[in-house]
Amino acid sequence: MSSARDDILARVRAANATQRAEPGAVPRTYLRHAPGIDPADRAAVLALFAERLVEYGATVHRVRSADVAAVLAAALPEGSAVVPGGFPAPWLAEWTGAVIADTPPLPAGRLDTVDAVVTTCAAAIADSGTLVLDGGPGQGRRAATLLPDLHLCVVQADQVVSSIPEAIGALNPRRPLTWISGPSATADIEMIRVQGVHGPRRLTVVLVEG
Amino acid sequence: MSRTFVGWPAFPQAAAVATRDAQLRANVARATGTIRAKRAKLVAERPDWEELRDSAAALKDDVLTHLDTYLLQVEEKVTAAGGTVHWARDAAEANRIVTDLVRATGEREIVKVKSMLTEEIGLDNALAAAGIDARETDLAAAIVQLGDDLPSHVVVPALHRNRAEIRDIFVREMGRHGRPAPEGLSDDPPQLAEAARLHMREKFLKAKVAVSGANFLVAETGTAVVVESEGNGRMCLTLADTLITLVGLEKVVPTWRDLEVFLQLLARNATGERMAPYTTTWTGTTPGDGPQTFHLVLVDNGRTRALADEVGRQALRCIRCGACMNICPVYERTGGQSYGSVYPGPIGAILNPLLKGLDDPQTASLPYASSLCGACNDVCPVRIRFTDVLLELRHQVAEGDAKVKHPGEKAALRAVGAVMEHPAAWNAAIRAAGKAGPLIPKKKLPKPLSGWTDSRIVPGIPKESFRAWWERTDGGTE
Repeated sequence: MSSARDDILARVRAANATQRAEPGAVPRTYLRHAPGIDPADRAAVLALFAERLVEYGATVHRVRSADVAAVLAAALPEGSAVVPGGFPAPWLAEWTGAVIADTPPLPAGRLDTVDAVVTTCAAAIADSGTLVLDGGPGQGRRAATLLPDLHLCVVQADQVVSSIPEAIGALNPRRPLTWISGPSATADIEMIRVQGVHGPRRLTVVLVEG
Repeated sequence: MSRTFVGWPAFPQAAAVATRDAQLRANVARATGTIRAKRAKLVAERPDWEELRDSAAALKDDVLTHLDTYLLQVEEKVTAAGGTVHWARDAAEANRIVTDLVRATGEREIVKVKSMLTEEIGLDNALAAAGIDARETDLAAAIVQLGDDLPSHVVVPALHRNRAEIRDIFVREMGRHGRPAPEGLSDDPPQLAEAARLHMREKFLKAKVAVSGANFLVAETGTAVVVESEGNGRMCLTLADTLITLVGLEKVVPTWRDLEVFLQLLARNATGERMAPYTTTWTGTTPGDGPQTFHLVLVDNGRTRALADEVGRQALRCIRCGACMNICPVYERTGGQSYGSVYPGPIGAILNPLLKGLDDPQTASLPYASSLCGACNDVCPVRIRFTDVLLELRHQVAEGDAKVKHPGEKAALRAVGAVMEHPAAWNAAIRAAGKAGPLIPKKKLPKPLSGWTDSRIVPGIPKESFRAWWERTDGGTE
């Protein structure tokens, strides 16, 4: 008896053998950059990024690097926060809550009791208001950024690109990637957008410029 | 065992019932109207929308033309990244593979991310028969599952339910399957979402096995992609020890870079968002992060049958955005369940017959569930020409090998053909029709001609034919 694999491949080949038209080359005439702005205009890219995040219901703080610690101290709750390895310690110098390390990896039930998670990111996209996490330094494993109810992400201005096509080439698909565009949401009930279902219900982005 | 579409009536019968349900029509019209407005606004934001559609259609055609190569590439890359690839010819084989994989873990309750494919193959019922409770975690899918209902939309399966109905389902059913709905639950959508969060959180934290579908599968890298809004997808894809992902053969895209096209089209066209809140991409397994056991099940279940249809194969470009149903005047009036499939609306009207064949009255009725207005052609992100496929499938029903056709219509057309070939017979027939005209009922012809008047009115037949008038008046000069 032939395997399902062989059968399916044979069916695919038989179906395609009778087709007359060979498709042409794939056109790539869509925009490489976000429409409506000059991608070289950094101020415009960052403004668009912040605007899109706010539209999604995220909280955005635009700060100078000297002020990160003060802003984080004000933006984080008093309780506890997961802090992944590689997250710059000076940024938490003024916060008085409990730092929870995820080493060794915490059980899901324990992560569920932590109030917040702070991370950096691998890339950010202005046009779609998206943060991309790849599990690199300062970002933690995926469960750690999922179970706490507040996710605070620190983004360096030079990480923000204008569009998805600009971002995708720099990402490594072998890593598990989480693309986050605003807090968890649903429109499953009468198409009314409700913010906050299973993922973090609050998303705070600290954008560090200069 | 939950309800299924097995044995569902043909479209005209199902639609006749659905269109009399005023609440259903109001719910569907409100929901589709809301999505249409959001989509239109977001699509207008893209000056390159048509170019994105061109690329997406061409990419999917390339995938279909070289599908064998791409599938082998997926298998190689996923295996190299620590995953296990399975192949399933049909629904029964796919269900058997997943059931065996879950059984091997010893788990009796698993969590699921909404997946059209698992609904198509009836996976939940197959697992239930093996004593495994598969809990849907997407809010709308959970509403359908808890209410022992059937889905009516590919993106918003509970679109036919309003908030009061959802509240009643939660209050009645949540306690039977885990954490009950909070005391005094109102029908306010944020409160309902909170009830779902609490009910599901308990399940996510203890689940050892998760089942998902995937929106895309990248051949070049073996990467699977799930696009979602609530975070239930992230929970399933991240917290379980074992992840089983089922993917239809047609979900492949050639390269990682090609995602830039589809990720820009999907959410905008589906829900009127620039991006859905969460997109997760993963390749095999990653030590220390997420499930350490990953199974990928590649499912045919009629896709190669559709692929062999020269006109219809374009339906396999579909990325399940649901825009065709949101824009469809037929769908808006009948709702999704009338199509008797997890794929309703215009895509359902073509995809179901292509996957299953036209040999039963239900699938054979679907190509006629359209006014051919073509609005679906205009909103499709992968440029499926729905009306071309609908007409081709109607042709196959009427003229092809399908066992279901209108024998009366075929006989009548043959008889008319014979009469039209002979002028004397034609003139006699026309004179007879003129005399009989007043006697012919306008709205309900007797059987076997009643099929014609089910959806049409017989036109008035003039007493005198054009030819007779021409002769009598010498070409209208007298």
